[in-house]
Amino acid sequence: MALKIDLRRFPGFFPIALLCLVVLYAPLVVVSVYSFNASASITRWEGFSLAWYVDVFTGPESPKFRQAAINSLIIAVLAAAGATLIAIAAAVAMFRTGRFKGRTLSFALINLPLMVPEIVTAVASLIFFSSIGLGGGLTTILLAHITFCIPFAYLPIAARMQGLSDSYEQAAMDLYATPWQAFRLVLLPLLLPGVMSGYLLAFIISLDDFLITNFVKGAGIETLPTAIFGAVKQGIRPNIMAISTLMLVVSVIFVTLSWWAGRSGKSKA
Amino acid sequence: MAAAAPGGASTSSRIYRGNVLRLIGPSWVIIGIFLLIPVILTVVYSFLTKEFRGGVQWTPTLAAYDQFFFDRGLFGDEPPRIEWTYLGIFWRSVWQAASATLLCLVIGFPTAWFIATRDPRQRATWLFMITIPYWVNLLIRTVSMKFLIRDEGPLNSLLMWTGITDAPLGLINTNFAVQLGLFYSYLPFMVLPIYAAVERYDFSLSEAAADLYSGMWTTLRLVILPTVRPGIIAGCILVFIPSLGAFLAPDLLGGAKTFMIGSLIEEQFKGAAGNWPFGSAVATILMTIIMAVLLVYARAQGKESK
Repeated sequence: MALKIDLRRFPGFFPIALLCLVVLYAPLVVVSVYSFNASASITRWEGFSLAWYVDVFTGPESPKFRQAAINSLIIAVLAAAGATLIAIAAAVAMFRTGRFKGRTLSFALINLPLMVPEIVTAVASLIFFSSIGLGGGLTTILLAHITFCIPFAYLPIAARMQGLSDSYEQAAMDLYATPWQAFRLVLLPLLLPGVMSGYLLAFIISLDDFLITNFVKGAGIETLPTAIFGAVKQGIRPNIMAISTLMLVVSVIFVTLSWWAGRSGKSKA
Repeated sequence: MAAAAPGGASTSSRIYRGNVLRLIGPSWVIIGIFLLIPVILTVVYSFLTKEFRGGVQWTPTLAAYDQFFFDRGLFGDEPPRIEWTYLGIFWRSVWQAASATLLCLVIGFPTAWFIATRDPRQRATWLFMITIPYWVNLLIRTVSMKFLIRDEGPLNSLLMWTGITDAPLGLINTNFAVQLGLFYSYLPFMVLPIYAAVERYDFSLSEAAADLYSGMWTTLRLVILPTVRPGIIAGCILVFIPSLGAFLAPDLLGGAKTFMIGSLIEEQFKGAAGNWPFGSAVATILMTIIMAVLLVYARAQGKESK
C-alpha cells in the first residue's frame, strides 16, 4: 500500500494544485471584498460599507443597470426554455427513434454552436440579421441565444436519456398508451433531472454571453454584460464591483443547483 | 463534449420512430437558419464589395483577401508585396493562444493528476472547486483579473507592502497579462480531459516501471505521459481554439501591442474600420485554421483508435 501511495505522488503537484485554486479564486475574492469598500477610490480600503450595493439599486446609474438586468433575465429565461424544448425533442429523436437517416449529421448540427468560434458566430449573426432587416432588439438577441444554448441544454438531457432503458415506455405502450402519453407520463418524469440540469446550464450560458449579444443587440438596448462592458471601458468603478459580486453569487447558486439536480437524478436511477 | 455521441446501446429503441421529423426538425431549423446559413453567408460576404461605413454591395471581388495578404501601396497602384500587418496579428494570436495553452498544461496537468489521485469524495469537491469559476460570467472574471493585476491593484500593493518588489510589476497591457486572462478563461477545459484520462490510468504500469528501477520522473515521461496523451491533446485543443478567437482577454488585459484576431474582426464591424467584407474574410480565415486543427485532430484520433 505504501508503495502505491509513493507511485501516485509527485513532489510539487500539490502546491501547483493549490496555486491553481488561488489563481482561480483570488480575482473573484478581491473584487467581492472591494465591493464592500466604503471609499469611492478603488485603490484604498477605507472600511466596510454597503454603500455601493445601495448605489447599484438607487444610484444615478441604477435605472440603466436595472433595465439591463431585466433584459438579461427575460432573455435567459426564454432562451433557456426554447433551447431546452428543442433539446428534449432532439434527444428523443437521437435515442428513441432507431437509426434514422441523417442521424450523424443531426449530431454534428446540434454540436455546431460549440465548434464555431464565438467571434465568428457573433459576426455571422450580425450579417444574417442585418441582411434580413432584423436590426437588433430583444427578439434578435433571443433568437441568437436560443441557437447557441441548444448544445448546452442537449448534453445533460442526452446523457440522462442514454442511461435510461426504454422498458418503462414499452410497458406503457403495451398497456395501450399512445407515444405521446408514454413520453409525457413516463419518459419526461424520468428525464426531469437532466432537463433541469440542461435548463440551468443554458440559463447561465445565456446570462454569461457578451460577445454575440454585443454584435446583434443594436443601438439603445443593453444586457447586463454589455452594460458592464460599456461601463468598464470608462474605468472600473466600485458599483461595477458590487454588480459583479451579485452576478457572481447568482452564477454560483445556479451552478450548484444544476450540479445538484444532475447528481440527485443519478443517485435515484 | 461528446457525452452523447451517436451509437451506443439506446439507439436500438424505436418507440417514437413515427415522429422523427417532428422531433429533430426544430433543432435543424433553428441551428440551420440562425447559425449554419449565417456562417455560409459570412463566407459569401468575404467575397463581396464593401459599402462605405458597414454593409456590402453585391459585386463579387477578392478585394478583402487581397487586402489581407498583399500591400499595394497607398493608392493601390504599386506592385503587390506581402502585407505583414494582418499576418502578424494572426501570428501573434497563434503564439498567444499557444502560450496560454502551454501555461494551462503546465499548471493543469499536475492539478488534474493531484485531483485524480485523491479518494472519490475529495475528487468531487476538487472538481467542483475548479469548475465553479468557469461558470462565473467571463466578462466579470476578466474584469476581476484586470482589477487584481493593474499597477495600483491589490497584487502590486501586496508585493510592495511585503517588500518583495519595490515597484509595480507592470503586468497589465502585456502579452503575459493576456495569457493569464486566457489561462483564467479556459483552464477547466485543460484540467477535465486530463483528469478523465488519469482516472483511467492503470497504476500497475507505474508499479511495473518501478520494479524495473525506473525513477518517478522517468516513469512520468516514458509511461504516464504517453498513456494519458489523448487527454492532454484534447485539453490542448479545447484551450487553444477558444483562445485563438478570444476577444475579452486581449481587449481588457492587453493594450494596442497585444491586438489579436478577435479584436481585428470586431473592429471591422463595431469599430471605426467598418469594412464588413474584410471582417468576414478574417473570420473565414480563422474558421479555416480551426477546422484544419480539428481535422488533423480527428484524423490522429481515428488512427490511434484503429
